[in-house]
Amino acid sequence: MAVLIDKSTRLLVQGITGREGTFHAKQAQDYGTTVVGGVTPGKGGTTHEGWPVFNTVAEAVEKTGANASVVFVPPPGGADAVMEAADAGIPLVVCITEGIPTIDMMRAFAFLEGRQTRVIGPNCPGLITAGQAKAGIIPGHICTPGKVGIVSKSGTLTYEAIHQLTGLGLGQTTCIGIGGDPLIGTSFIDALTLFAADDETEAVVLIGEIGGSAEEDAAAFIKTSFTKPVVGFIAGQTAPAGRRMGHAGAIISGGKGTAAEKMAALSGAGVRVVKSPADIGRAVVESLKN
Amino acid sequence: MKIHEYQGKTILAKFGVPVPRGEVVFTPAEAEAAAKTLGGGTVVVKAQIHAGGRGKGGGVKVVKGAAAAAEAASALLGMTLVTYQTGPEGRVVGRVLVEEGLAIARELYLGLVIDRATKQPVLMVSPDGGVEIEKVAEETPDRIFKVFIDPAVGLQPFQARQLAFSLGLAGPQVGQAVKLMTGVYNAFVATDASMVEINPLIVTGEGNLLALDAKVAFDDNALYRHADLKDLRDLSEEDPLEIDASKFSLNYIKLDGTIGCMVNGAGLAMATMDIIKLAGGEPANFLDVGGGANAEQIRNAFRILTSDAAVKAVFINIFGGILRCDVLAQGVIAAVTELGVNIPIVIRMEGTNVELGKQMLQESGLNFTTADTMGEGAERVVALAG
Repeated sequence: MAVLIDKSTRLLVQGITGREGTFHAKQAQDYGTTVVGGVTPGKGGTTHEGWPVFNTVAEAVEKTGANASVVFVPPPGGADAVMEAADAGIPLVVCITEGIPTIDMMRAFAFLEGRQTRVIGPNCPGLITAGQAKAGIIPGHICTPGKVGIVSKSGTLTYEAIHQLTGLGLGQTTCIGIGGDPLIGTSFIDALTLFAADDETEAVVLIGEIGGSAEEDAAAFIKTSFTKPVVGFIAGQTAPAGRRMGHAGAIISGGKGTAAEKMAALSGAGVRVVKSPADIGRAVVESLKN
Repeated sequence: MKIHEYQGKTILAKFGVPVPRGEVVFTPAEAEAAAKTLGGGTVVVKAQIHAGGRGKGGGVKVVKGAAAAAEAASALLGMTLVTYQTGPEGRVVGRVLVEEGLAIARELYLGLVIDRATKQPVLMVSPDGGVEIEKVAEETPDRIFKVFIDPAVGLQPFQARQLAFSLGLAGPQVGQAVKLMTGVYNAFVATDASMVEINPLIVTGEGNLLALDAKVAFDDNALYRHADLKDLRDLSEEDPLEIDASKFSLNYIKLDGTIGCMVNGAGLAMATMDIIKLAGGEPANFLDVGGGANAEQIRNAFRILTSDAAVKAVFINIFGGILRCDVLAQGVIAAVTELGVNIPIVIRMEGTNVELGKQMLQESGLNFTTADTMGEGAERVVALAG
């Protein structure tokens, strides 16, 4: 089962002729993902590394039956690429692009209202269903199939969590990097809702960071509506207020969005919150014992 | 990107937001001339730094006459202004704004940001302006009024009127408020702002609305399409090391500890700071070298890290995934040799060829310690920093 992507996924790569697009299309294919082709406006009708290239997403969908898309388009065209995929009816769009202007994404999300497209990201590592398929940049070799779902705002910290789990003999179902931008398409709650309905996922790791209130919202949701064990970690416990820590969303402003508040909210919802990122794996082992 | 109050006011004025008459100056003589131009009456001399709380910190002086304006400017220019937002080290004042003094009947608040939950701009006002709005939000949240703006159509007059009536405005003030709020919204969208805040928004003695202060920040991701706004950056407001780092696409923030950190990815970089603290140390910085981490970046990252004299040891925590650890090791060895770094360096790395990478570090004869996990690395680096 797992969630969002699996063996049946037919992945389209927007920006496939770029360096990143090419590299990660190959990585995805090597992992076993069915990569059906790519889109680069102006290069339609050509082939790139054996894949057909199309001018528009609509044409690509018509010719390949793509049901998911991963976006590696540079920031000025990032929001446009997301909207094009949604307009072509693709149900899952994974936007890896970092640095898209917030107002562009705001308009893109308004455009998505009423359409049946789920966006992951932007500015995220994408997602991987262990042993089946991946859309994005999470390295496949650190994953192993199993029963733990991961949802995270951070990229490399997600890899860290996967690595710890794999090292402890615990495999994963799906690992979802939701991104660290202020506006993102899939929230912690959306991911938890998917994991709740997935029989294979027995526990979830939730990795948040300072800024915003998505972790507090997730805590409220877990308290009332999520029954599987959750292990939580919040990055930025030592971050000073008023300074943006890399991700555009990672800033403590006006005394809000601190790690302490988020950790307290999650603990209050029954989440096993670890202070040290080195303890994530062990905490999952513990949570599965009970 | 943050800008100064006077720059924010210039932008807002272009979009029809009324602001006081005034001029930014860099010397007392210019302040005197500016005060004369304003009529020689009461003027307000305001220190221009990128931080709030200037009034309480002594950075705003109300004086009468041109000579007094020169005196006030002389006192402010070059002073180190400490406010609750600057930290104890404060900021040196390099420019002051000389503005006409105005009679104030009411102090209100107005702010515009993009709301994460609804993914829409939210315009907020409060009748309790002139104080920290965070305090109002915490103590009397019912005194803050909001409208959410549909990005497809922008701020509508009825929404602005709702807010105006919530503020207790009446008569011609309502029309003024609609014009002012529309101007703020248009300025926000046109400049790709991340925040516009007017605190206080005043009702003058004559009953007119006017932006007495302006705090504007822009979305860094959108600066590529605003060449004119880039010129508003004041480098003297930024840490020299942070400016240096930004030239090499390194995301560096200086902190007060003794352990330098070099990490790929913002989340892992924050987590590395956290684990250093848990191990009993203090991080000297946040440094995200990004996903690629090429040799040039690593060399510059090392140079910037070690130019902070407080750094006693360095912790490199790289989770490469597909990154080759032998290539990383090679880059680190080259940087350390070239820069003559002799403080202890603890490296934890994951990726392909990790064993080969470790072997290269151990055989280099340099002051490297390797660690298998980030927990182990943090403990080692804290011990080595002493």
